[in-house]
Amino acid sequence: MADLRSDFIGIKSPNPFWLASAPPTDKEYNVRRAFQAGWGGVVWKTLGAEGPPVVNVNGPRYGVIHGPDRRVLGLNNIELITDRALEVNLREIKQVKRDYPDRALVISLMVPCDEQSWRDILARIEDTGADGVELNFGCPHGMSERGMGSAVGQVPEYIEMVTRWVKQYSRMPCIVKLTPNITDVRKPAEAAKRGGADAVSLINTINSITSVDLDLFAPEPTIDGKGAHGGYCGPAVKPIALNMVAEIARHPETRGLPISGIGGVTTWRDAAEFLALGAGNVQVCTAAMTYGFKVVQEMITGLRDYLDSHEMALSDLIGRAVPNVTDWQYLNLNYVTKARIDQQACIKCGRCYAACEDTSHQAIAMKPGRIFEVIEEECVACNLCLDVCPVEDCITMRELAPGEVDLRTGIARGGYANWTTHPNNPMAKAAE
Amino acid sequence: MSQARLSPGVLPGRLSAAELAANFADVAPPLDAHEAQVAADRCYFCHDAPCVTACPTSIDIPLFIRQIATGTPDAAAMTIFHANILGGMCARVCPTENLCEGACVRMEAEGQPVEIGALQRHATDGLMSRQGHPFRRAEPTGRRIAVVGAGPAGLSAAHRLAAKGHDVVIYEARPKPGGLNEYGIASYKAVDGFAQAEVKWLLGIGGIELRHDQSLGRDITLEGLRAEHDAVFLGMGLGGVNRLRTEGEERGNVLDAVSFIRDLRQAGDLTALPIGRDVVVIGGGMTAVDAAVQARLLGAENVTIVYRRGRDRMGASRHEQDHATSAGVRIICNAVPVAIHGNGAVAEVEFSYSEDGPDGLMLTANRFRLRADQLFRAIGQRLDGIPEGLALQGGKIAVDARGRTSVPGVWAGGDCASGGDDLTVTAVAEGRDAAEDIHEFLNEPD
Repeated sequence: MADLRSDFIGIKSPNPFWLASAPPTDKEYNVRRAFQAGWGGVVWKTLGAEGPPVVNVNGPRYGVIHGPDRRVLGLNNIELITDRALEVNLREIKQVKRDYPDRALVISLMVPCDEQSWRDILARIEDTGADGVELNFGCPHGMSERGMGSAVGQVPEYIEMVTRWVKQYSRMPCIVKLTPNITDVRKPAEAAKRGGADAVSLINTINSITSVDLDLFAPEPTIDGKGAHGGYCGPAVKPIALNMVAEIARHPETRGLPISGIGGVTTWRDAAEFLALGAGNVQVCTAAMTYGFKVVQEMITGLRDYLDSHEMALSDLIGRAVPNVTDWQYLNLNYVTKARIDQQACIKCGRCYAACEDTSHQAIAMKPGRIFEVIEEECVACNLCLDVCPVEDCITMRELAPGEVDLRTGIARGGYANWTTHPNNPMAKAAE
Repeated sequence: MSQARLSPGVLPGRLSAAELAANFADVAPPLDAHEAQVAADRCYFCHDAPCVTACPTSIDIPLFIRQIATGTPDAAAMTIFHANILGGMCARVCPTENLCEGACVRMEAEGQPVEIGALQRHATDGLMSRQGHPFRRAEPTGRRIAVVGAGPAGLSAAHRLAAKGHDVVIYEARPKPGGLNEYGIASYKAVDGFAQAEVKWLLGIGGIELRHDQSLGRDITLEGLRAEHDAVFLGMGLGGVNRLRTEGEERGNVLDAVSFIRDLRQAGDLTALPIGRDVVVIGGGMTAVDAAVQARLLGAENVTIVYRRGRDRMGASRHEQDHATSAGVRIICNAVPVAIHGNGAVAEVEFSYSEDGPDGLMLTANRFRLRADQLFRAIGQRLDGIPEGLALQGGKIAVDARGRTSVPGVWAGGDCASGGDDLTVTAVAEGRDAAEDIHEFLNEPD
């Protein structure tokens, strides 16, 4: 049976599933129950500077995007960092860590962007026994208006500066949590690395308005008739997070920088995908907030079964897909596939036909008796039919064998050739 | 078990009022908003959807379900009513398992269709309870059209004609409108006086005059109607009932199932309605099932449907058959009544087992008897009192694809007309389409 024990920048945990810094990790009660449920680690909800804690709104804190059957696809929140006293949090962290020495316990921090503030907070957490710190440069709402959170994460120079202070005043492993609310995520990652970060974690939440109350004409969640943007997370943001993780994993300047993957991890499969794209572990929030702490049990058994069936160790999976992430210009333009519809599996809904006929290439014929067949002469292999088909594996993409003629172009399938050498490319270089 | 329940003979009060109320409650209670949302989520919004093709009125089902799913059930109801003004009743009585739901691609996917009938009821009930009549009439045309029969075909035709600005007079033989919706459907399918409420709502469009106790051939004539109106639509249904032609059929308590169903629907107090302890129903259609199930629900101890052919040939859908058997009705197939025994009233029915061969139905020497103190005939209905001059086809008024009869200016639809299944929804479609053709005909330049 695959060994899921994880060592992330020297922080050990029985599995690579951590709870992200968020409402589920705000207090001892929750974290103890999370550990009892089997979570490998937690990043304690962000602590602020000494003094009166922040306050939260007293109306709704979340907005939601539902899929069919009210399945939660995305959550948006306007909650701030912990609104509990620093001393209380520190005492609880110490007690939990003492009782669960085998679990990872990392403390998320966010204090004003000056050296003294960081020096002070680091001093305060030193004797909690925590395994590391995560610098919250990601929170996009509320705290960013006060010059913290994503306001820091959007300025690479600040990231580098604060990271340097943290490494200077603490011996703890330091993870820098990045905001996705930026054009090129590689720049803040580079800055974190320059500042001495041991790892980056991403993504934090995305600036968002989830919905508008069409009677009040106000964004939701609505607080007394007004709404402010929040941070978006959950399954809907996974594709954005995967891309950002991959960008950092394959970027020459940041390659090898450990990554803690965050963003819509809901099942073991999501986690495996983050790991394959270079994340050393994953952090989860929305799945737990939707289904409770027990979801980790499916993640553990699922990842274990996957690794066993592929005869891989956890370390074999991490980063395994990174070499296959490339630029469009290097994609093989001689790779040809055609959609194929399994008539046995087809339930005759015709969604493939509507999609192809109305919005694509008119490459599906609707024949008497609601028989839907691909017209290979027209099929550009866009894959849309497969995407809209409600039956898994009913439509598949068949790869043309080398030498087989593409009925659309009349050209036999050749060997690898990409845009950089294509005759239509004015910038093409002659193939060597 | 109470003594009343076990007493032989045809007696009222076999069950208590409370038991009867429970037995005759809504057989398929409406979906609430949450249930409707969950059900609507299952629709795939198919291209050229098979459910629409399967619906005689061609309701745009994927569209109305999407309108429910997006929180606009009244828009969904309007999608339904544009195609089928009796969408409320059809949602209750359509054999959806043979129509839209039977064609649903989810049947192929997982054997469970989208609950189209229940969703349709959710939308139509909602709009009908929230607002008055939603359609407005076109400018008056000055034309006047006679409609014979206030059943599904006649009401559908009248509504469409009124919407186009024509004035309509409906001539109805019975004291209440609704036709089979009012008189011919099991009580538990349309509770709380829905049939009358629906007619009242439908007439809200205006321009429709309803005249009762007007029977064609008795009170009015086709010639008279033609003389006084610009067009005539016949939708009087099938007034006659087929007889068994079995020895002893004249004995007491040998009754028409349609009469039993009608009397039950019109009964103010079900505890006063007599029912046998041993009831036999002859036939295999929906009428047979409706009569048999209601006999059970009234407290009959033994109720048996006997059908002359195999179960697969029964007119009642599998769903209806299962409904009957789950109510405690026994179904015997391949048996034909050969004699009705008794002294005055029926006491026993004698059957011969039959074989359905290439030369038709053959009786075998194997016979059996069933105790019966009530026997219901449910072997079909026929046209009664055919006006002279109308060509017939298969015992019904012959019509072409537009609903035109052999007599100029006379259209027909519903059960009395040839073509289509004898279903409420088919009658609605035929009435609607005939109205469209009448309108077109009247607008043609002379």
